Formats: sequence, structure tokens, C-alpha cells
Amino acid sequence: MSTIDAGSAAFAAAAEPSTRNVSAGIAIDMRGLSLTFQTADAPVVALDDINLTIRRGEFVSLIGPSGCGKTTLLRVIADLEAPSAGHIAVNGVSALAARLDRAYGYVFQAPALYAWRSVQRNVMLPLEIIGMPAAERKARAARYLSMVGLAGFERKFPWQLSGGMQQRVSIARALAFEPELLLMDEPFGALDEITRDHLNDQLLRLWEQTGKTVVFVTHSISEAVFLSNRIVVMSPRPGRILEIIGNDLPAGRRLDVRETTRFLDVAHRVRQALRAGHSYDD
Amino acid sequence: MTTEALLSAERFTSLGPRVAPVVTILVLLTAIWYAAAVWLNAPQVVDRFESDGKPWNLRQLVEATWSMERPVLPAPHQIARNFFETVFETPIDSKRSLVYHAGITVSATLLGFVFGTVLGVLLAVGIVHSPVLDRSLLPWIIASQTVPILAIAPMVVVVLGSLGFVGLFPKAVISMYLCFFPVTIGMVKGLRSPDPLQLDLMRSYSASGAQVLRKLRWPAATDFLFASLKVAIATSLVGAIVGELPTGAQAGLGARLLSGSYYGQTIQIWSALIMASIVGVVLVALVGVAESLVARHMGRRA
Repeated sequence: MSTIDAGSAAFAAAAEPSTRNVSAGIAIDMRGLSLTFQTADAPVVALDDINLTIRRGEFVSLIGPSGCGKTTLLRVIADLEAPSAGHIAVNGVSALAARLDRAYGYVFQAPALYAWRSVQRNVMLPLEIIGMPAAERKARAARYLSMVGLAGFERKFPWQLSGGMQQRVSIARALAFEPELLLMDEPFGALDEITRDHLNDQLLRLWEQTGKTVVFVTHSISEAVFLSNRIVVMSPRPGRILEIIGNDLPAGRRLDVRETTRFLDVAHRVRQALRAGHSYDD
Repeated sequence: MTTEALLSAERFTSLGPRVAPVVTILVLLTAIWYAAAVWLNAPQVVDRFESDGKPWNLRQLVEATWSMERPVLPAPHQIARNFFETVFETPIDSKRSLVYHAGITVSATLLGFVFGTVLGVLLAVGIVHSPVLDRSLLPWIIASQTVPILAIAPMVVVVLGSLGFVGLFPKAVISMYLCFFPVTIGMVKGLRSPDPLQLDLMRSYSASGAQVLRKLRWPAATDFLFASLKVAIATSLVGAIVGELPTGAQAGLGARLLSGSYYGQTIQIWSALIMASIVGVVLVALVGVAESLVARHMGRRA
């Protein structure tokens, strides 16, 4: 973890990261966004009238029960799904143009590693596609693999790794690309709690250092509160935004912030909002 | 018991489960073969004995049925002797050498295999990338395989011959006609085998179609490719042998089969058949070796 320690030292030296992070400029703007899937029996409304603006450098979590459309929303931002109605702009251009411009890195729920590539070559895959020189690809892969705690695993193949390690490789793969916008779909969902805490901590520091914009889908309230500037609470069928909760916890959070009253207070508000979304199910 | 005896006993038991069944079947088949040789060749032998007018016994009958020059069914040792003579004791450049004929057939097989693999892969890539090709080509590809190769082969030889192509090339074309099919079918499936998530990943990098093919579809199709290639090389050999039949039986294993049947040289036919089987097994095994080399390079679990 020496890279991380060096990184956090660099972070400590950086002046006022929180003000730098949430700078002017809009990363993602969605207005009246809807998406209906045509299925064999009946159309399914996955997203209904989504209005959300995410500023550059913000860390926004999407939280809600299964089937609330949070993954679909992330896929719309990534131009992996096309909305049925409404307007979306990513970096001021259409989602398609942003994708073609390689504006984002995407971490899927499953690692989606290529079985025939070693860990190192999996991380280098996007770098090969953008045509980065070989030496730089290797350096990037080494840097981000050590960031996720997998230095020394370069030559292993995916089947030789545990599920959690595979997911960390997929995170390193998205980071190695060094995109300004990170779209993460429950990236730590399959990990054990210790690893999850560790990666939460690292992700937060990375964000603080680099000022990336992060859109983060999660099931976990404490993860959302720990990481985000804002928490978007969604409800299922149809997928709607119930409430957007601003998180006023100060920057430079460490894991033990989760035991403070202010943290529990924000978590409580998120839980209340989630419950409100569920009430009609009872 | 000495250590040596223990070791050999252990070796026997460890080999036993795998070797014993094979040996048993081999012995059984050989016995049936010898018996069948007696049964099938006896009428001719009895005719000869009776025209000679001398008395004969069962032992003479059995010996005679196993040593005829042109038996209906030659005995295994006759085939083995002929095979040994024509492979090891005849100069390789001689027209009587089975190695010479096998060499000719193998070159047509390999050339046809290369043509067929290239054609098969190109068709598969086209079909996977173009819905129009998918709908228009696939029925024709399947229909092409329902036409008996024996009907196609003479036409290919005649047409190509009139264009000035003789010898290796027409045979390779016939091989290609047979062996592109499993490659196309296998590779269409293989190139479509990546799961949606793996494809989404490529899309998120806005990778070009060529990059998706090279970095995802092609490596994902490797297993399918080698399974197809094993079938393809075996059918390519059949194609080459069939292609040698209408050429007037100049050279090759097919020619040995044909001339053998012209002159009633059944032993020669069987030798050529044995050679064809050995060539087939070796070719498929070579594809298997290539597969395991590639699999190791791609980090496959041992």
C-alpha cells in the first residue's frame, strides 16, 4: 500500500481539495428522462421523469432497492441504454458523443475480466484500445494494481483470483484509463466488509486527490453516506427520484467518521427516504 | 517382495486400468478378423482345392485362407507385412511407396485445410458482423453440404482441369469445400460467445468493430476454433482422398485405393486404408497439440 500512503501524503499537501473538487461546470445534466423497456407481455417503465444535475468533481451516490432503475440510469449516462424520452448531456454533449470521446470509466457489478488475459493485460485493455504506448501502459497498470492492493499479481489469470480480487482488478482497469468521470455500479457489492472498507477509503482519497466526478450505485446506506456529496434516493416501479439528500459531512473523511452523530444523522435521513419509497408496498 | 517387484507391480496396476481394456478389444477384434478371413476366403480356396483334385484338411484350408494373394478379406499379418514393406522397405520416391502416396495426399489435405479454414473464418466474421450476410449466406452454406462430395468432385476436377489447374490444386479445392463448413459453423458460434457485459465493456471504451473482433470475439472463440479445426482436418483428408479418385488414379492414397480395387489387390487397399487412418489420427493430434500450446499461452487452467 506504499502508493496509497504516498498518495495520501500528496493529498495532505494539496490545498483545500473540497473547494477544488466541487468546482464550476456541469458534468451530467438530465431533464425529464424516461426509459421504457418493451418486453413480450407488457412495457416496463424503468425510469420515469428523472431530473438530476451533477456538477464536475461531485461524488453522487444512487441508492434504492433492487429494480429501482439505478443501474439503468447509470447505463443511460454511459450510453449503454438509450432513453425513451427526455434530455441528457454529459460534459455538455450527448451521451453518445461523450462515450465516443471516452469520457468515462465504467465499473460493472461483475468483474467482466477477459479470461484469456493476465491481470496486467486486463488492466491494460482500455489503454491498448486508446493506443497508449506499451511502456506507459505497463506503468499505469502497475500503479493502479498496487492502488487496489494487487501488486505482484500481474501475471496471474482471472481464475486464479478470488471474486473480490477480480473485482479489484476491474476497478484498477477503470482507473488506469484515468477518466474524468467514473461510473461505478455496486463495485464493492461482492466484497467482504474489511476489503470493502479499505477500498471505500481508497476511493475517497483518490477522489479527493484527483477531483474526478463519480456516480456511484450502491445498496449500502453507510457506503453512500461515507463517500458522497449527495445521495440520490430512488424508488422502484417506475424508477423515480424520491429525494436528493445533501451530505454536509466535512471533506477529508476517514472510516471512523461513521461512528459520529453527524454521520448517523445523514444515514438516518437516507433510511427515512428509502422507507418512504417502500411504504406503498406494504 | 523386492522393491523392484513392488515398483513393477505398481506400474502394472497404474497402467492396467487404461491399457487392459484397449488390449482386450484389440485381441478380440484380431481374433474376429482372422475368423472372418477364413469364412470369407474359404469358398475360393475350396474351389481351388477341388479343381486340383487333391485331398485337403482343415489346417491346410486355414493356412490357405490366410495366405492368398488376392483374398476377399486379407488376414491382419498380410496387411501388416505389406504395410511394412511399402512404408519402410520401398524407396520413398518409388511409385510403390506408401509414404510417397501418403505425402501427396497430406499436401492436398493441408492446402485444402488452410483454404477451408481461411474461407470458413472469413464467412463466420462476415455472418457475425452483418445481419444481411447472416440471413443470405447461412442457408446456402448448409445447402452446400447436402450435395454429395462424390458428385461434386469430378466436376471440380474437370472444370479446374479445363482452366489449366491439375494435380494438387483441384484436390485442395475439394478438401476446402468439405472443411470450411465446420469452421464456419463453429466460428459463428464462437464469435458470438462473449457475454453482454464483455461487449458492454468494449462499448464503454468506444472500441472499433475491428478492435472488438481482435481483442474480444476472436480470443473468446478459440475453443470453438480448435474444436472445428479437428473436425475440419479430418474431413479435409477425406476430401483429398475423394479428390484423387476421379483424377485417373495417378498418385495419392485415393489412387492406391482405386488401383487396388481395379486389380483386386485387396491387401494394397487395406494398407492404404490403414495409412489413411494413421494420417488422420496424426493430423488431428497435431491440431490438439497446437490447441494445448495456445491454451497455455492464454492461461487456461491445466
